[in-house]
Amino acid sequence: MASGERDVSEVALKGASAPLAVSSSRAAVLKRLRLTDAIFHGLTRGASLAVLALLSGVIIALIIGAAPALGTFGFGFLFDESWNPVTERFGALAPIFGTLVTSFIAMLIAVPVGLMVAFFLTELCPKMLRRPIGIAIELLAGIPSIIYGIWGLFVFAPFLQQHVQPLFIDTFQNVPVLSILFAGPPYGIGMFTAGLILAIMVLPFVTSISRDVFDAVPPVLKEAAYGVGCTTWEVFRYVVLPFTRVGVIGGFMLGLGRALGETMAVTFVIGNAHHVSASLFAPGTTISASIANEFTEAVGDLYTSSLIALGLILFFITFIVLAIARYMLLRLQRQGK
Amino acid sequence: MHFAKIALTTAALALSPAAAYAIDISGAGATFPYPIYAKWADSYKKETGNGLNYQSIGSGGGIKQIKAKTVTFGATDAPLTGKDLEESGLVQFPMVMGSVTPVVNLEGVKPGELTLDGPTLAQIYLGQIKSWDDAAIAKLNPNLKLPKQAIVPVRRSDGSGTTYNFAYYLAEVSSDWKTKVGVSTALQWPVGIGAKGNEGVAGNVAQTKGSIGYVEYAYAKENKMIFTKMINKAGKAVAPGSDSVQSAAASADWNSVPGFGVILANQPGDQSWPMAAATWILMYKKPEKSAEAAEALKFFAWAYAKGGAMADSLDYVPMPQKVVTDIMKMWSADIKDASGKPLYSPTN
Repeated sequence: MASGERDVSEVALKGASAPLAVSSSRAAVLKRLRLTDAIFHGLTRGASLAVLALLSGVIIALIIGAAPALGTFGFGFLFDESWNPVTERFGALAPIFGTLVTSFIAMLIAVPVGLMVAFFLTELCPKMLRRPIGIAIELLAGIPSIIYGIWGLFVFAPFLQQHVQPLFIDTFQNVPVLSILFAGPPYGIGMFTAGLILAIMVLPFVTSISRDVFDAVPPVLKEAAYGVGCTTWEVFRYVVLPFTRVGVIGGFMLGLGRALGETMAVTFVIGNAHHVSASLFAPGTTISASIANEFTEAVGDLYTSSLIALGLILFFITFIVLAIARYMLLRLQRQGK
Repeated sequence: MHFAKIALTTAALALSPAAAYAIDISGAGATFPYPIYAKWADSYKKETGNGLNYQSIGSGGGIKQIKAKTVTFGATDAPLTGKDLEESGLVQFPMVMGSVTPVVNLEGVKPGELTLDGPTLAQIYLGQIKSWDDAAIAKLNPNLKLPKQAIVPVRRSDGSGTTYNFAYYLAEVSSDWKTKVGVSTALQWPVGIGAKGNEGVAGNVAQTKGSIGYVEYAYAKENKMIFTKMINKAGKAVAPGSDSVQSAAASADWNSVPGFGVILANQPGDQSWPMAAATWILMYKKPEKSAEAAEALKFFAWAYAKGGAMADSLDYVPMPQKVVTDIMKMWSADIKDASGKPLYSPTN
């Protein structure tokens, strides 16, 4: 602050002294400059504080809205599977379960694929292909989520129902754990499908951040590794990944943040059923999908309040994930210096 | 403040030539009747210059809005009880009818070929009948060869008057449904997948092999979906459509429930569709803005008198004349301005 002011006045002195060199006008110029600076300072601070106020306002509104539900159901709200608008008994277990499971499936697929694409783009890809593939991946991030939802419902889900799911069910029907995970009937839509759609949506996040951090690996490290006879896989596994570990995890977390909160695409393909099922092919629901589906027509205070409580829970989950992501990326920046 | 007042006055003066004749009636609620309300409003505006602004925000929203007095009338697919009407000082009357229709996605089955009855439908949605070759379905369809395929029940994921009417019928015919699931605009469904809106259910049924869903008849017809026939209370198989809804409406005793809140489910009569459904208007007995309420009543009277053909064209079913007469009597008797003068008289 102090040093900033001094810089400004020195510049001002220079500019003002050249034509006039009158002390009173110099003071006026200085005063004016100070004033503009003070206004600018105030504006920036105001904007930043407004964001803070907005965020706390959202949290407070969520807590007030959720209070009736949390007061009625208590801590058990988190562990109750029932969601019964007729008897007004609500629990968040099924939406929380669905949110975590679909996000987990998405990350399970998007992370390895994203890493491979990023490594290919930075290390192996011919220059000619680098830009088209890179742009294609980034375009995936630009597709509105409702398009994913419609595509998922009209193209992807029927394909899964007729070709993929029966195959899984038949193949794994005698394998101990997998027979439970992939139990029929094949609905086409369900948690599995939602997870796959999310994987496609998360892929660009994982890829582009991984690509950026892979680019930051000093060439000398890789060249040395190749020099002592490492294979491409060994360079990736033992040089690039360890060096960029923290940044890559930060990218995962940003992707996970998107997967947790994604609403439209998921609600099209997840089946919107408040059930906790072991089978991934069964319909389920997520927190954001439940809110989007039911909020407008929720009758009664307890119903509405339970939906707001779901929102509060999602807020906390996303907050934790994003905080971890920020922390990881911060550590990377320090490491880079 | 002073300046604002002047600006407002000027604006009001500038607008007044147009505003003096047109009163905009505002309403909000059920999505099911929105297309016909919009069509009526359009024709009414052309004929009289008075506009109707209807927001289709859902029945629950409509009830909330009228109770908050932000609209002239609310609209709901699930009628309020007599007690609720009494407490909030509202009157209720049915405006137009439609029907809930089961639709299926089964290879080789054409519209109207499959026949179901209430108990079977309830068992499907309870998860007790799981496959299309189940004996209960086969018994109702001796001429149809049904596949050994899993049934995918599709239902609404949002609260809905359609769900209310559907659940009401299932509770009428299945005690299991009544005790395990119950009747409301949103339910705890034992099985199946949820989709938002009539169009969501229609889309999911169209995309999912072996599925069954329930939609408003208009959606089934417009999307050329495979609707089913139903066995009605008289034991006859009937197809959905305006004839079978009219039959159900004619058989119903409309004055048996306060606010004409008769659910047309499972009505007697050989031709009656078992899941006919009406949609209701909610208004205050002593509305604060009596001029607008009077305009709204004029609009409704116009719709009853002249809106029948338009309703038909959109696959809605007009109310029977006898019921309309009763409704208008109720208007004259119950809806009054602050001085106690009726807001509707048959002559104006």
